[in-house]
Amino acid sequence: MEIFGRLTIDSLPFYSAIAASGAAVTMLGALSVMALITYFGAWRLVLFDWVSSLDHKKIGIMYIMIALVMLLRGFIDAAMMRSQQAIAYNNDGYLPPGHFDQIFTSHGTIMIFFMAMPFLSGLINLIMPQQIGARDVAFPFMNSVNLWLTAAGAGLVLISLVIGQFSTAGWTGYPPYSGAEYNPGVGVDYWLWAVLISGVGSTMSGINFLVTIIKCRAPGMYLFRMPLFTWTVFVTSILMIFAFPALTVACGMLALDRTFGMHFFTNAMGGNMMNYINLFWLWGHPEVYILILPAFGVFSEVVATFSQKRLFGYISLVLATVAIGLLSFTVWLHHFFTMGSSANVNAFFGIMTTIIAVPTGVKVFDWLLTMYRGRIIFKPPMLFTIGFLVTFVIGGLSGVLLAMPPVDYLLHNTTFLIAHFHNMIIPGVLFGYLAGYMFWFPKAFGFKLNEKWGAWSFWCWIIGFYIAFMPLYVLGLMGMPRRMEHYDVAAWQMHLIIAAVGAFIIFLGIVCLGVQLALSIRDRQQALDLTGDPWNGRSLEWATSSPPAPYNFAVLPKVRSVDAFWDMKQRGVAYHQPDRYVDLVLPKNSFIGAFIGGAGFVFGFAMVWYMWWLAVLCLAAIALAVIVRASDDDTDYVMLASDVKEIEDARCAELAKAPRNEMADDPGFAGEPVLEASA
Amino acid sequence: MTATTTMDATPISHEKYEERAFGFWIYLMSDAIIFALLFATYVVMLGNTAGGPTGKELFSLERAAGETALLLLSSATFGFAAVALANADKSRSLLWLLVTVALGAGFLFLEFREFRGMIAQGAGPDRSGFLSAFFTLVGTHGVHVSIGILGIFVIIGQVLIKGLTTPVVSRLARLGLFWHFLDIIWVAIFSVVYLPGLF
Amino acid sequence: MIVRLALPYRLQRVASAFGLVLLCSGCGALTSPDLDPSGPVTLAERLLLFDAVSIMMIVVVPVFIMTALFTWRYRGTNRNARYTPNFAYYWPVEILVWGVPAAIIVWLGFHLWEGTHRLDPYKAIDQGVEALRVEAVAQDWKWLFIYPEQNIAVVNELVFPSGTPLALRITSDTVMNSFVIPALGGQIYAMAGMQTRLHLLADKPGRFMGRNVQYSGRGFADQQFDAIATFSKEDFEAWAAKVKASLDTLDAATYEQLAKPSAKVPVTYYSGVEPNLFDKIIAKWRRGDEIDPSAPLPANGNRRMRNSGDLR
Repeated sequence: MEIFGRLTIDSLPFYSAIAASGAAVTMLGALSVMALITYFGAWRLVLFDWVSSLDHKKIGIMYIMIALVMLLRGFIDAAMMRSQQAIAYNNDGYLPPGHFDQIFTSHGTIMIFFMAMPFLSGLINLIMPQQIGARDVAFPFMNSVNLWLTAAGAGLVLISLVIGQFSTAGWTGYPPYSGAEYNPGVGVDYWLWAVLISGVGSTMSGINFLVTIIKCRAPGMYLFRMPLFTWTVFVTSILMIFAFPALTVACGMLALDRTFGMHFFTNAMGGNMMNYINLFWLWGHPEVYILILPAFGVFSEVVATFSQKRLFGYISLVLATVAIGLLSFTVWLHHFFTMGSSANVNAFFGIMTTIIAVPTGVKVFDWLLTMYRGRIIFKPPMLFTIGFLVTFVIGGLSGVLLAMPPVDYLLHNTTFLIAHFHNMIIPGVLFGYLAGYMFWFPKAFGFKLNEKWGAWSFWCWIIGFYIAFMPLYVLGLMGMPRRMEHYDVAAWQMHLIIAAVGAFIIFLGIVCLGVQLALSIRDRQQALDLTGDPWNGRSLEWATSSPPAPYNFAVLPKVRSVDAFWDMKQRGVAYHQPDRYVDLVLPKNSFIGAFIGGAGFVFGFAMVWYMWWLAVLCLAAIALAVIVRASDDDTDYVMLASDVKEIEDARCAELAKAPRNEMADDPGFAGEPVLEASA
Repeated sequence: MTATTTMDATPISHEKYEERAFGFWIYLMSDAIIFALLFATYVVMLGNTAGGPTGKELFSLERAAGETALLLLSSATFGFAAVALANADKSRSLLWLLVTVALGAGFLFLEFREFRGMIAQGAGPDRSGFLSAFFTLVGTHGVHVSIGILGIFVIIGQVLIKGLTTPVVSRLARLGLFWHFLDIIWVAIFSVVYLPGLF
Repeated sequence: MIVRLALPYRLQRVASAFGLVLLCSGCGALTSPDLDPSGPVTLAERLLLFDAVSIMMIVVVPVFIMTALFTWRYRGTNRNARYTPNFAYYWPVEILVWGVPAAIIVWLGFHLWEGTHRLDPYKAIDQGVEALRVEAVAQDWKWLFIYPEQNIAVVNELVFPSGTPLALRITSDTVMNSFVIPALGGQIYAMAGMQTRLHLLADKPGRFMGRNVQYSGRGFADQQFDAIATFSKEDFEAWAAKVKASLDTLDAATYEQLAKPSAKVPVTYYSGVEPNLFDKIIAKWRRGDEIDPSAPLPANGNRRMRNSGDLR
C-alpha cells in the first residue's frame, strides 16, 4: 500500500499554462489572506473570536464570506467559457482541450453548492433566529460543524486546481461517463467528495433550522405571526432534510462504483444509469426550491419595508410557499423527459411542473400589490427586487415552455435550457441574496453599505444579465447544444459575442460590489447604524442593536402581532428597558467544529488519491472529536446579569444619541409608524 | 429560552433536552429516507444479476433468522437497560448495556461471515448490480449498527465516570431511539431482502 | 438621491439595450431549424411552443405593466398617489391571482397531455407509406447508421427519402448520448444495453444537421452528422446502391475497430453488415462479453425487458 496512493508529481498542473495560472492564483489567494491576517496581527481575533465561534451571527457571516469568494471563482469560470465560445468558430479557441469541460463542470458545481447554498445558509443563520426572537439556533455546535464541512467541500474544489484535475462530467455527473470506466482519473472523485461532504452539512443545517423554528420562538410568536422570510426558511429546511439524502445516496453509490468497482450505474454487469438520474433529480429539483425560497423570503421583507407598507396577502404567501415545497417533490422527471418514459409518465410530470408555476405567480402578484399604494424608496435592495419581478417572469415563461414534453424534446440540452435556469437563478436566487446582503449588512456590522455603488452594481448585473442570456435563448432555438467547446455554425458566433459582452458587464457589476465594500469600510464612521433599525423595519431583527449583542435579546420580546417590531414601535414599547436583568446562558467557543471540517477536507482528499490509511485516520479523528464533544457537559457559560446590563446600558446611550427614525431624512419617507396614544 | 440562575447545577435547561430529542427524531427521519432509497434501488435491481448468482442461491434463512433473533433481542435488552436507568440502578443498566453490545456484536459477526462467504465464492458487490445493491443496503445497516455499538461503549464510559446525570441519561435515550430504529430497518431488510429472496 | 433621479433615464437605457439585443438576436433565429421546421414533428412542437407563449402572456404582460406603473406612480416622493400602508388583503384579488393562473394551467394541461401523446417519439408516423427502418448506434464520437433491410451501414450520414417516415431504433456503445435532428423533430437518449425509438418525417428534401447533445467527452463538440432527405425514392435507392458498391464491410472485427474512440470521422460506407449487429451490441452490454458472431441471442434477456432490451 503506497503512502501517497495515486498521487504523483505529475498531478501538479504543469501540463498547461492556464492550469498552472489557475493553481498559482489559488495559492496566491490563500497566501495573501494569511499574510493580511498576520499584517494586522489578527490571528487571535480570527481564531478565537471567529473560527471557534458558535454564535449563529458570526457563523452566518463566515458562510457569506465563503459565498462571495466562490462567486468570484465561479464567475471567472463563466468568463472563460463565454470568451472561449465567442472566438471558437471553426477553431479550437484559446483553452487547451479538456479545460473547457472542467470549467463548465466547476462553474455549475461552485455556483450551486458553494455560492448559493452558503449564501442562503449565511443569511438564514444571521437573521432567522433574530426574527423569531430567539437567542441562537437550536444546535449551535452542529451549526459550526456544518459551516466547516461546507468549507471543506469548497476547499476540495479549490485544491483540485492545484493538485490533479477537476471533473469534466458536468455539475450533474451523469454516469456512465462519470464512472470509473470512462473517467478513471481524480476529477470526478474530487467532485463526488466535495458534494458528499458539504451535503452532510446541508442536511444537518436543515435539521438545525427546522428545530429552531419549531422550538425556539419567543412568547407570542405563533407560526402565523412569523415574518415571511422565516416561513420560507421553515419550508426550505424541510426540503433540505428530505431532499439531501437522495443526493447522498446517488453520489454515494457512484463513489462505490468508482472506488470499489460496484455496478450501480455501469453499462454492463447489471448497472442502470437511469437510477442515478432519478435519484439525482429527486434531490435536484427540491434543491432549486431550496435555493429560491429564501430569496423569495428576502424579497417579501424588502418589498414591504421599502414600500413602507404591510406585506400584501400574508396568508396567501404562506400557503403558496408551502404548496411550492410540497409540489417540488412531484416534478423531478422534467429534467429527463428525453430519457424515453411513456407519454403518460412524461405528461403527468409535465402537468405537475406547470402546476408549480401557479403559487409562484401568486407570490409575484402579492409582491406587486405590496407596492401598490405604498411609498416606494429605491434603495439598492429594492432595485434588485424590482429587477427580479420583471426578469424572473421571463424565466418562468421559458420554464412553462420546457415543461411541455414535446417542446422539451427540441430544447433539452440546448442553450435555451441554460438561459432558462440562469434566468431563474440570477434574477431570482442571486438578486435575492444580494438584496439580502445589502439589506442586512448594517445589522451584521453596524454600518451601512455605500448606496451609489450598490445601485451601479445592480444596473451592471441586470443589463449584463439580459445581454449575456437573451442570446442564449435564441441560440437554443437555433439548435446550439450546451457544453460546446467549439462549433462550426457561423450564425451562432454573433450571439456568442454578444453574450460575452454581457458577461463583461456582469464582471463590472462584481467590481462594483467590491468597490462598494471597500468604500463602505473606509467610510464606516459616517454611515453608522446607531439604532439597529436603519430602514424603519417591521420584523424583530431590527429590534436588536447593530451589531447585536451575543445574546440578541436581553429580554425575550413578547409578540402581539405579525410585523412584530412595527407593532412594538406603534405601541411605543420598542426600546423598553426592564427593571432587572437576569443571567444568560450562552455556548462557549469550540474549535472542534473547525477540526471536524478540516478532518473532512483531508478525508476527501485522501479518498480522491486512494490514500486509504489517511482516510481511515481522518474518520477516526472525526469519531474521536464527536465523542469528546458528546462527553463534554460543560459547553456553556453564564453571562452575569451585571454584564448584560452593561451592554444594554451602552446601547441605550447610543439610542439616545441617534435620530428617532433613521429613515426620516429620506425624501420618500412616509412618516410611519405613528405612535398610538400612550397608555 | 428561559435563562437559569447560577445556582442551578446543570446549566442546560429542560427545553434544551427536549430540542435535542426532537432534533434527533428529525435526523432519524432523514436516515429513514436514505434507507428508503436504498430499498427502492435494491428492488429495482433485483433482476440485474448479470448472469451471476441470485438471492435464492446465496441467502440462508437460518442465518437471517439468527441475525434477526440477535438484533431483536438486543433491542429488548436495551429496553431493560432503560428501565434500570429509570430506577436509577446503575449496575443493572450497565449490565444490560453490555449484553446489548454482545448481542449486537453477535449480529455483526454473523453478517461479516455472510459477506465474507459471498465474496469468497465470487458473489461480492462487484459481481453484479443486484449484489452491489444488496451489499450496500445490508452493509449500510451494518455500519449503523457498528456506530451504535461504539455509541453504547461511549455511554457506558460516561455512566461509569459521571454517573446517571441528566445529560448522560438524555444521550442514552437518544441512543436508544437509534438502536430501535435500526431494529425496524432490519425487520424491513428481512422482509424485503431475505424472505422474498428465498422464494 | 442619485438613484431615484437617474431611474427614468436608466429605464429608457435598459429598454433600448434590451430591444437592440432582441433585434440582433431575432435575425438568426427566424431561419433556425426549430422555428423553420422541415418536418411535421418539429412543426407540431413549434406550434405548441407558440401556443404556450401566447397564453402565458396573460400573466407576463400584466406583471410588466404593473411593475412599470407601480414603480412610477408609487415612488416615495410622489405625494399625489394614495398611500394605504395597511392595505394587506382583498379577497377578490386573491381569487384573481390564484384563479387566472390556475385556469391557464388547466388549459395548458389539456394541450400538454394531448400533445405529449400525439408527439410521443415512440409513436409511428402514419403516412400511408411504409417506414424506413434505420438503427442508430452512438459511439465515441460519431454515429453509426445501420440499414437492416438494405444490409448497408454508414458513419455520420443518415439518408432517407423525403415523404417517407423514418423509424429509428437507437442505442449507444459507450456513454449516454442524446440523438436529435432539430429540423425534423425531438430528442431521445441513447443508452448502452438499452434501446430507444424515434419516429421522424421530412416533408421536403433537404440537408439537416443532426447531432448528439448529451456531453460525452473530448470529441463531443464534433459529434454531428448530416441528415439528408432525398427528393425521391429513386434518389434514395441510387444512394443505397452507391453504398452497396463500397469495398468495406462491417463485420464484427471491423466494428470493434470502428468503436474505438475517434473524432471528426469522415463519412464512411459499408456494403455489408454483421447480421443482427444492433441487437448484438445491446446484448453485449447485457451480457458483458465482446460481440461474438456465433453466439445466439439470449432467449429471455432480462426478465424485466423484452428481448430487444426495449424500454417499453
